[in-house]
Amino acid sequence: MKFSVVVNEGPYTHQASDSAYYFTRAVLSQGHEVMRVFFYHDGVNNGTRLTTPPQDDRNITNRWSDLGKEHNLDLVVCVAAAQRRGIVDEDEQKRNSKDTNNIADGFRISGLGQLIEAGIQSDRLVAFGD
Amino acid sequence: MLHTVNKSPFEKNSLQTCLRLSQPGSSILLIEDGIYGALKGSDAAANITEHMQERRFYVLGPDLKARGIDKSRLIDGIEIVDYDGFVKLAVEEPKVQSWM
Repeated sequence: MKFSVVVNEGPYTHQASDSAYYFTRAVLSQGHEVMRVFFYHDGVNNGTRLTTPPQDDRNITNRWSDLGKEHNLDLVVCVAAAQRRGIVDEDEQKRNSKDTNNIADGFRISGLGQLIEAGIQSDRLVAFGD
Repeated sequence: MLHTVNKSPFEKNSLQTCLRLSQPGSSILLIEDGIYGALKGSDAAANITEHMQERRFYVLGPDLKARGIDKSRLIDGIEIVDYDGFVKLAVEEPKVQSWM
């Protein structure tokens, strides 16, 4: 079965990013497909590689990057939500003349159409957030 | 349909809204702070006990454990599932609605 997941909450905020991660892992471990994980609203903050949590804490961003690499996941950050919150990839850096970018490994910035497409093409769309 | 509720009924009215709008026959999974809705004898317990005839209720075990709540404190008839059980419920039910 084809799943997509929406994350509407930032990392280390409450629990949604953790719940979404464990759910996504369980989906994959049961042999289902994860078509896309869409990060929206404060959820875009999951996609910055500048995250540096204490050493004894989980690194939520790296965890998503690693899971993405392992299972070839499409980790999509909403462009409008990202611009508001300063999540920038190379293209957005050039387009908005910023001095740097911070998108994490395996994430990409795209539009809300990607969420609609995931909703249409997946058998199940499961949302986590505040 | 599977409904997830992730807010405590003492904090928000997500559980009440979910129960008001969900159809009989629905499955309702309490996750994160939503698990507080499953406590036996609380002011909010009637939300669930009044709907147990026509709805199935589940709580996410890891979130129960994270809050130090033993299963003996849950309303009778609520089933505990893990993340694999969450996925199985999402597969069995035709749609998933998250109440936040």
